Amino acid sequence: MALNFRSHHPHPHHAHTPDYNYGSLSQKSAETRNLKPGEVSTGTTIMAIPFEGGVVLGADSRVSTGTYVANRVSDKIAQLHDQIWCCRSGSAADTQALTDYVRHYLAQLAMETDRQPTVKQAAHLMKRLIYENKDHLMAGVIIGGWDPIHGGSVYNIPLGGTCIKMPFAIGGSGSTYIYGLMDSEYKVGMSKEEAKTLVKKAISHAMARDGSSGGIIRTVAVEEGSTERDYIPGDKLPYGPAGW
Amino acid sequence: MSLSLTSGGTSARQPSSISALSAATERTRRPMVTGTSVLGIRYADGVMIAADTLCSYGSMAKYKDARRLVSVNAKTLVGGGGEYSDFQAVTELLKRNALEDRCTADSLYAEEEGEEGCAREVWNYLRVVMYNRRNKMNPLWNDLVVAGFSSGGDPFLGYVDKIGTTYEDTFIATGFGSYLALPLMREKYRPDLEEGEARALLEDCMRVLFYRDCRALNKIQIAKVTKEDGVLISDPYEIETDWSSAGFMTPKGELDGDGGW
Repeated sequence: MALNFRSHHPHPHHAHTPDYNYGSLSQKSAETRNLKPGEVSTGTTIMAIPFEGGVVLGADSRVSTGTYVANRVSDKIAQLHDQIWCCRSGSAADTQALTDYVRHYLAQLAMETDRQPTVKQAAHLMKRLIYENKDHLMAGVIIGGWDPIHGGSVYNIPLGGTCIKMPFAIGGSGSTYIYGLMDSEYKVGMSKEEAKTLVKKAISHAMARDGSSGGIIRTVAVEEGSTERDYIPGDKLPYGPAGW
Repeated sequence: MSLSLTSGGTSARQPSSISALSAATERTRRPMVTGTSVLGIRYADGVMIAADTLCSYGSMAKYKDARRLVSVNAKTLVGGGGEYSDFQAVTELLKRNALEDRCTADSLYAEEEGEEGCAREVWNYLRVVMYNRRNKMNPLWNDLVVAGFSSGGDPFLGYVDKIGTTYEDTFIATGFGSYLALPLMREKYRPDLEEGEARALLEDCMRVLFYRDCRALNKIQIAKVTKEDGVLISDPYEIETDWSSAGFMTPKGELDGDGGW
């Protein structure tokens, strides 16, 4: 069974994903084609928006295996260190393993240098792991956090292991539906409340159209000295899945 | 299988113990996040290269502020198209080598001639790196343009691709640029081009590429290497485009027309 790096986007005819050889198409559905038997994917919507003094990270909570929702309350925002968090998309197993490795290395680094690791260090560690093992992984992550040197920063690490610092980042299969919304609503220098509102709005819209995203919206607001977790239940979304 | 932090994971391709996996694993690895053309031209004072700041994810214009022109030492520029993660790996490797050269040189001062690898050395080193990866059926999926000065003091502009092909020339274009920009550069090139003329020529070529390459952007960077100023890379800026010709304004879909487009 071909282990392709075609993204986890469910529709095979999406013009925007690299359209490469899929191997045997016969039995498998679009969603399960690039998963090993029994593997779950975080078909997902994730995002991170910096604000003055920190970063807001957000994610949906649906984990799907093909068309079945394997977990409807999952937490895709993983903590890598005190003020550094990571949104996970792609194969759930791969991203969980990567998160464990990076947590371990960052903890070690903090002990050895006796200072808080920077978001850049976390992002580059993650990038190394994904890049050097790119043939065996399907993982797209967004690293967001606060450190005393650079303040709030967001790094996007897509399939393949490119590491690129961004003014804001969105990822996962649901993100394709909200590029237009983000391009139009994002402003430089938002406050924490504005960033949170935009995260919740954008993820709601993505969940409304992407079959692989759904459930609740989890958010994490990181700033100097504090981390604030929040969630919006599936019936209180700013824009519900039933739409208009 | 444990995850590896070092390049033992990629450049040394061990067959996987799980035979089904190894049979199906893509040996050559398709590019995911890609940059398009890079252009380069020699002019009176040195060498100038240009590239847009877009990295595409398939057909999606995903990263609009990606830096594809990088200075690897005080005298050499590298521009890259193709898989962006591989380009980042290549530039990291070159910068690491330059740092090692600086630290192990007889003198710590970079101004000493010949202490840093000149552009031709970097170009040749890349040839070896790319060709070796190609031999292992695991290429770094890039087209690279190396710009700077050779140790003799002449301006240098060279090309290296993912299978280790190399050539040097007075002007170079990769990707779509090799089809669209090269003819324009051939027409306008003169060895004594002023900096302004060289830049105008490159901007014109980038404009044509934006018109005709689906994976191009109208935000570009230009970088130059000169004897006096060394390496200079501009900030990204938008280039102007013209949509005023009659062809755009005249409608063609009317009932009475020939149905042309």
